[in-house]
Amino acid sequence: MNHWPFIIAAYAVALIATSGLTWWSWAAMRRAEGEVDQLRQDS
Amino acid sequence: MHVYANPARFLKIARPLTAWFGWIGAALIAGALAYGLLLAPPDYLQGESARILYIHVPAAWLGMAGWTGIAVASLMQLVWRHPLAAVAGRAIAVPGAVFTFVCLATGSLWGRPTWGTYWEWDGRMTSMLVLLFLYLAYIALAGAEKEKGGEGRITAIFGLVGAINLPIIRYSVVWWNTLHQGQSIDIVQGRSSIDASMLWPLLASALGFTLLFGAIVLMRMRAELARSKLEARMRRMAAS
Repeated sequence: MNHWPFIIAAYAVALIATSGLTWWSWAAMRRAEGEVDQLRQDS
Repeated sequence: MHVYANPARFLKIARPLTAWFGWIGAALIAGALAYGLLLAPPDYLQGESARILYIHVPAAWLGMAGWTGIAVASLMQLVWRHPLAAVAGRAIAVPGAVFTFVCLATGSLWGRPTWGTYWEWDGRMTSMLVLLFLYLAYIALAGAEKEKGGEGRITAIFGLVGAINLPIIRYSVVWWNTLHQGQSIDIVQGRSSIDASMLWPLLASALGFTLLFGAIVLMRMRAELARSKLEARMRRMAAS
């Protein structure tokens, strides 16, 4: 049996999940902190 | 730990640490995975599929380390009423669940060419699946309790009780003689049955994923603290 399709699938799952989670967490943090800064400037 | 009970003091340290952990973690992961995928030798018994080791083992370690973090945060919340403990517990839950899922998915993809099956109800795999369900229940419970304005005490008790699954995962390969291979690295005794050419990229990958996990937890804590600050400010503005 050729192992490489399984290896590629495993790396794809890990990299997509990790990069997606990192991007989502970073975007949520930037948005929340940006809103706080905006409110501080407005008030 | 009470030094960091003040959110302002915590944020002062968390801001630079988020970037350092994130970038160093990403660089280590890129280097270790490139080496593991292209340069490391195949295993003499399992062949090329052993390259999945470099992502499967760090994901398993982080799935378990994540719940250990939740249990410690729960204890700090219940015993010392640390103001950031509940925030930390909630911030760990989603990355912990994601890495547990990655562990199960990559393990399944390793199992097919190695054992001839994607899944077997053996002790290690079943207890890791239970860990994923515990994470999902914790996330749902934390969300529901926060929505109702609770302090998160029920979630913290669940976080502590769920820790009972950790020794079951750890010793499952000792207690039950099933399909999953036994322990290859003994951290306590500093012994390993893995050859150095495979061990070093594995350790680099584990360290890289751990640093990235730390950066993600800090990002989620910062986001929750910012949202709390925003809600408090909106309430004050509405009241005045």
